[in-house]
Amino acid sequence: MAASKFNVTVFKTILGIILPLLILAAPLPLPEAQPTERHFRIEASQFAYTPGVLRVNPGDQVTIELVATDVVHGLYIDSYELQTSADPGQTAVLNFTAGQPGVFRFRCIVPCGQMHPFMLGKLQVGPNLLFLRAVLMSVAGLLLWVLWKNPRISATS
Amino acid sequence: MGAMEKSANFRYELTQHAWVRRLLTSRWPQFALRAVTLAGFVLVLLTGFMGSPIGSRNFAVMFVWIAWWSALKLLMLPFGGRAWCSICPIPMPGEWLQQGWLVKPGGKKFGLGLRWPRQLRGTWLQSAGFAAIGLFSAWTLTTPIVTAWIFAGLIIVAVAVSVVFEQRSFCRYLCPMGGFIGLYSGLAPLELRPQPHLTTEAKILAAKEWPRGCPWINNPAALKSNANCGLCLECLRTETGSQMQLNVRSFDAELSQPSSFRLDEAFLSLGLLGSVMIYTAIFQGPWGVIKNAALNVGTLAWWGFAGIFLLTSFGLLPATLAGATWLARTFGQAAQPLRLMFTRYSRALLPLGLLSWIAFTISFAFGKMAYLWPVVSDPFGWGWNLFGTAGMEWQPYLVNATPVIEVLLLAAGLIWSGKSVLDTTEQLGTASQRRWSALPVILFALAITVIMLWLLIG
Repeated sequence: MAASKFNVTVFKTILGIILPLLILAAPLPLPEAQPTERHFRIEASQFAYTPGVLRVNPGDQVTIELVATDVVHGLYIDSYELQTSADPGQTAVLNFTAGQPGVFRFRCIVPCGQMHPFMLGKLQVGPNLLFLRAVLMSVAGLLLWVLWKNPRISATS
Repeated sequence: MGAMEKSANFRYELTQHAWVRRLLTSRWPQFALRAVTLAGFVLVLLTGFMGSPIGSRNFAVMFVWIAWWSALKLLMLPFGGRAWCSICPIPMPGEWLQQGWLVKPGGKKFGLGLRWPRQLRGTWLQSAGFAAIGLFSAWTLTTPIVTAWIFAGLIIVAVAVSVVFEQRSFCRYLCPMGGFIGLYSGLAPLELRPQPHLTTEAKILAAKEWPRGCPWINNPAALKSNANCGLCLECLRTETGSQMQLNVRSFDAELSQPSSFRLDEAFLSLGLLGSVMIYTAIFQGPWGVIKNAALNVGTLAWWGFAGIFLLTSFGLLPATLAGATWLARTFGQAAQPLRLMFTRYSRALLPLGLLSWIAFTISFAFGKMAYLWPVVSDPFGWGWNLFGTAGMEWQPYLVNATPVIEVLLLAAGLIWSGKSVLDTTEQLGTASQRRWSALPVILFALAITVIMLWLLIG
């Protein structure tokens, strides 16, 4: 009896750890888009990038033209660790290959005014799998927890 | 309802160790910590008023909104409840006047000691204060002199309230951060409580002394919630202090017990959920329009932002939860009044609220923490380099780990709240086979989670 209870606990624990990890990290067979050249012109003004969200496919050759329209602005892409800055009215160019999939913030790196630390944009490379996995994991986690912790529900539902 | 009470929650009494009790009973260690926070507070005022007007170059903005505000949400509140309140410097000058001495009651006391008006009790004023900070957040979080004025204003009001009203009425009924901290402190694994087997005679005896001994105007012998206990530890220092104990407990210990929850607390709970979504959109989103609307106070865009902020936090979310509660009540054929069920479900959503704030703070703090190092060496932005860190370049920390941590936090918040919603449904008297009637409320929690996920990692 005790051994059976122990086995159930071990099973639940393993499943409780593995399932979220599986949902978060399991590779998915997604169709791969052919890499192309992508060109964006971003206008930077206090405290906005226009456009604020860039979407590309993994492997795309990306060119970003940063145009500062009021004061000096910069652009730093998280994880890619690329950066540039542009003087007012000037254009700076950033070239890179979007090799790392995911969603990354890009930020202003030149103090440009009050909201400077919060001047952000987003670069999305490929589909936003983390978001989809997160929603799935939340729902699955909720269901599992509720059913395990409330056996009467599992018995009656 | 009594039958539903769970007694199996883990508790460990820290004060059973004589040295811990001695440490906590002495006023000096706490006074020393408060002296440090007071020094920090004075520096915030000085740098805010006299330092650089650029927020990212000024100690006041960086220390208050990046260091303190993040440490509060990531460490002090989730693990210590109202631990910050026990060392907060803001009520200190008022306390000195009330008690007539710096460390303990001693000299000539000053103040009228009136009771706080009954009509103004509860958390409505604190909700209004927190909402006001939210409305001006983009301005406050980025402008040193505004930060300094806010803190100067808080200390002036705290002193004025201390002179007119009894004890720490300011902390309990007015402090905008007090409402936020008090609401979520019930989820912390730390509590100050009476000995569990206190006799009625002992409680009566203690009640005679404790109202004087409790600056937070509680009767500690009847303390069941962290919400209004500021962990000032004064009850430990009375003659009957041995009847109080400081416990470490499970995170769920308080929430898993049935407890009343007032309408003002319900609105604060939902207001904080709405606030965290809007804060995330302003400070972590890619939408410059929202940032500029929030920043340009008094413009038409700001009024639009203010309207959306207030309507979402105190209108849309409460109305949606009320609708979900009505459905749950109908499906579950519950006999309890709708208002009672609404307030209890609002309480069950506290874990999701707290973990949403923590997830937002993770993203906020790790992206901005590097701004701290230069201002530590150059707090006024005058070109100093006290500790050799003034030239340190900004860089975001843990950029790859942050989204995963946020996902895990929000999932944990949803699961914890989902469990609490089901527990609440059963506590409200709904037959156990009808506990799935709470599904609309769980879907409400899921919707909040998905919105937060979208704002943070979408």
